[in-house]
Amino acid sequence: MTQLILFNVANGLIIGAFYALMAIGLSLIMSLSDVINFAHGGFLAVGAYLAFTLTPYVGFWGGLLLAPVLTAIIGLIVEKFLISRVYGRDPLYSLLLTFGLAFMFEDGTRWIWGAQSLPYEVPSWLMQPLSQQYFFLTGYRLFMIALVAIAVGGLFYVMSKTRLGLRIRAGTLDLETVSVLGVNVRVLRNLNFGIGIYLAGLAGVLAAGQLGLEPTIGASVIMPSFVAIIIGGLGSLTGTLLGGLLIGVASGLTGVFLPPASEAVIYVMMALVLLVRPQGLLGEEGRF
Amino acid sequence: MTKDGNSTRFDRRTLLKAGAAIGAAQLASPFVQVARAADVVKIGMDNPMTGTYAALGKNELMGAQLAIDSINAKGGILGRKVELLNEDSTSGDAGVAVQKARKLIDRDQVNFIIGNVNSALAQAIANVANEKSIFHVVPGGHTDSVTGKNCHWNTFRVCNTTQTEANAVASTLVKTAGKKWYYLTPDYSFGHTLQAGLEAAGAKLGVTKVGGALTPLGTTDFSSYLIKAQAANPDVIIFLHAGQDAVNALKQAVQFGLNKRFHLAGAQQELEVLEGLPPEARVGTWVFEWYWKQPKVAGVDTFISEIRKRNSGHVPTARHYFGHTAIWTCALAAEQAKSLDAVKMARAMQGFQLPPELAMMPDGAFYRAGQNQMIGNLYVGHAQSNGKDDPEDLFVVDQVVNGKEVSPTLEETMCKQDWPKA
Amino acid sequence: MQAFVKQNALNIVIWALLLTMPFLMNAVGGYTQLGTQVVVLGLAAMALNFLLGHTGVLSFGHAAYFGLGAYGVGLTIRYFEQSTLLGLLAGVVLGAVAAAVIGPLIVRRRGVYFAMVTIAFGQVFYFIAVRWNKVTGGDDGLTNWARHDINLGFTKITLVNEPIHFYYFALFFFAVAVAIMAAILRSPFGRVLLAIRENERRTRFLGINVNFHIWASWLISCTFMALAGALFALQNNFVDPHSLYWTQSGIFVIMCVLGGMRSFWGPLVGAAIYVVLQDYLSSVVSDYWQFFVGLVFVAVVLFFPRGFMGALRRRTAE
Repeated sequence: MTQLILFNVANGLIIGAFYALMAIGLSLIMSLSDVINFAHGGFLAVGAYLAFTLTPYVGFWGGLLLAPVLTAIIGLIVEKFLISRVYGRDPLYSLLLTFGLAFMFEDGTRWIWGAQSLPYEVPSWLMQPLSQQYFFLTGYRLFMIALVAIAVGGLFYVMSKTRLGLRIRAGTLDLETVSVLGVNVRVLRNLNFGIGIYLAGLAGVLAAGQLGLEPTIGASVIMPSFVAIIIGGLGSLTGTLLGGLLIGVASGLTGVFLPPASEAVIYVMMALVLLVRPQGLLGEEGRF
Repeated sequence: MTKDGNSTRFDRRTLLKAGAAIGAAQLASPFVQVARAADVVKIGMDNPMTGTYAALGKNELMGAQLAIDSINAKGGILGRKVELLNEDSTSGDAGVAVQKARKLIDRDQVNFIIGNVNSALAQAIANVANEKSIFHVVPGGHTDSVTGKNCHWNTFRVCNTTQTEANAVASTLVKTAGKKWYYLTPDYSFGHTLQAGLEAAGAKLGVTKVGGALTPLGTTDFSSYLIKAQAANPDVIIFLHAGQDAVNALKQAVQFGLNKRFHLAGAQQELEVLEGLPPEARVGTWVFEWYWKQPKVAGVDTFISEIRKRNSGHVPTARHYFGHTAIWTCALAAEQAKSLDAVKMARAMQGFQLPPELAMMPDGAFYRAGQNQMIGNLYVGHAQSNGKDDPEDLFVVDQVVNGKEVSPTLEETMCKQDWPKA
Repeated sequence: MQAFVKQNALNIVIWALLLTMPFLMNAVGGYTQLGTQVVVLGLAAMALNFLLGHTGVLSFGHAAYFGLGAYGVGLTIRYFEQSTLLGLLAGVVLGAVAAAVIGPLIVRRRGVYFAMVTIAFGQVFYFIAVRWNKVTGGDDGLTNWARHDINLGFTKITLVNEPIHFYYFALFFFAVAVAIMAAILRSPFGRVLLAIRENERRTRFLGINVNFHIWASWLISCTFMALAGALFALQNNFVDPHSLYWTQSGIFVIMCVLGGMRSFWGPLVGAAIYVVLQDYLSSVVSDYWQFFVGLVFVAVVLFFPRGFMGALRRRTAE
């Protein structure tokens, strides 16, 4: 029993890290642009399919490198021509816009790549468990954790040390002032969106190695990502990371004791957080 | 009615315009399909085109279209041209499936209705079809109740019941894998009945159930379930998933190396799933309901070459077979009854033996009287990583089982048909 | 008389269309159920718009209350009492109670955050419906129950196998609900809601308890949503968890926008457009109909943000 609990905690952390990767991207976009990107799961699928298409030409590593970048470029274009047009309007419109885009992404990927699930292959040496005892720690999953850590670490670095990051953080707090100070807010939001989508594309490549590749591959991640953001506190990247890890573990542990509640538990947690600490664990009071 | 405070005043002219616009919108709207000439026989298909089961639904549709074309080439049904109307039922939204069934029956006045891949949706459509007395064929939804507890005189089914599949594979599972079973079961009617079927079949062979977990339909990450499964230390982990769930579950189990410690196996398996898996994850003992590699069986070669033409070179799967057989069932019923009257057609199909070139199975296939369930062969065997002669030869048939020997008896199915009084 | 017609022309046109819908639908090649669908989903969209358009609060989780209404009626008829009206009442009460309890947890949130929280709460009910197999039927949906005829003592309303009768049954509840909502909006309470929509801060400075008013508006909105859900379940004789999935909430929101959120009847018009469009697209391009539905969403947001009624009014103004 103890072993089962320990395994589920460790396994929950791995799943949680993956949620966090999605949630951080969503949170970035939400904080600076006030847009809930329902199409985030769609971008995840695009990233996965692009990696699948590129792999025969550039190999697994090339795909891993290129696919998220290409996805981010698609993201930049979508932001520039569609999403940027609803900034400053009622948040309702951005919600509906990305909601519509999510539909289009799902059917669009099915149109291009077909409904049949595709076998995405990962180098076989990554596809081994490290030991029989800790069978759920495969090379691939550890590699995934490492990548998430690098991506999140890189993001923290960009946010705290570079001028772009400084501006994004400032814009999150007070967009008007930043704009008055001469920062081009349009470009700032565009780049910020691109970073968020890059993370979604990366999540897509990572997901394709573990899941069957088909058009709805990203659909099930979006809701847990929202919950991670709410629990962690909107506007706090550390909080979002923490939120992702927490729900991963909570869901895994509930699976041991009360399996039918393993999905609902994260929403119950969210309700508790809202009740006790409405701004989220690491969120700032009064922002929303 | 009252007026709301913030709406500005309309003058009457705008109003007339609005009224006219709404009226015109309705007139010009979608319903261009005004009643077609009565000399066409219509078959309505209400099957998933989007969502988890889209791939399966599309393959059934392709098989159905092939059947329609060949029936029309042979002069149609009762000398009348056949037309297929296709609607997306979605993969899991029974509300939509029911709405589409009513649309096909009430508006399009179809003579036959076909559907669904999803067991729950198949049952929902069956209930509508029964209410309207329309001849209904279920191509590929397996849960037992469709031709069991909730059977109807007008609902026929091509694919097997889950109990039949379980009976067909159980003894082989015991022989190849062992007697301690752990079940991973998708949490909906198909999974529930398939597990119940295996438990019943296994009990007769001395199998013990060491545990089980229900996984919600559409689960992507199976790691926590796999942790529980291996902790129970079974001989074999039984996967009862279909479609995308099966791909995800098996892919992860093999990545965890569980195939080296336990047997991974199950009951129903499909070519669509094996093709979606990476080669190393194509493992296990399974039962197929139809397989394309049957060199000596009548009709199979033609079927393969016809489907290859339509399917960018790919071979037919059991889903193509289901769709094809479902449409032919309609045509044969009409020809047999010399009528399009649902009751007469359903009567004519009781115990009906399919012609061998359509049955495409070594022992043939027939619709069992009193249950309307098609009974043919089942193909027990194991998955292989790579096809030897053909890249799509991913399954090795070890044993062809005659469905007659593994089907539950009519009493066991608990089917009681309530025929309309003539 | 003329003045009356002039002032109420829109209402007269709408009611004339609603009262003759089954015949109109059949005359143009539609089918009765499609008409019922318009009325039921129209009621849902109007209920949502009470909060969205008239109070200015964006909920993206209303399908949960629609679904609770549906399960309320289904569970009651399946397990407790073979009565259509009692089931309907149970559905409405279930939705209202859930909304009343959840309301205080969320009324302090605003904007996208409110939207996100409502979605997340909606998902709890979705997972209960999916995983509590024994009671709800899980993913397969709740079956083996059906609406019954209603015996009023002096007369009997036959609803079983009578789609046209059911249409007018649904229209009756639609009329009652719409009348109540219109009356509330014209009352001082309704004026406060409009004030919150226009300028929340100023309303607060007037000493009005904004959070309480939002809670009340949310409760009213969710209650009528549950009524719509209950009618929807009775129409299909079936409930499944997808009726409370979050994407369904998005579809209700798009109905409001499509028809025009600032207009009282807009959501009904939007529901009619959506229902007919979806029905049409899914027959013509059954493989990729969602793509085109998504395209319509995008186009509406970018080019017709005021919706059908808004565009109509603008035309008139010019």
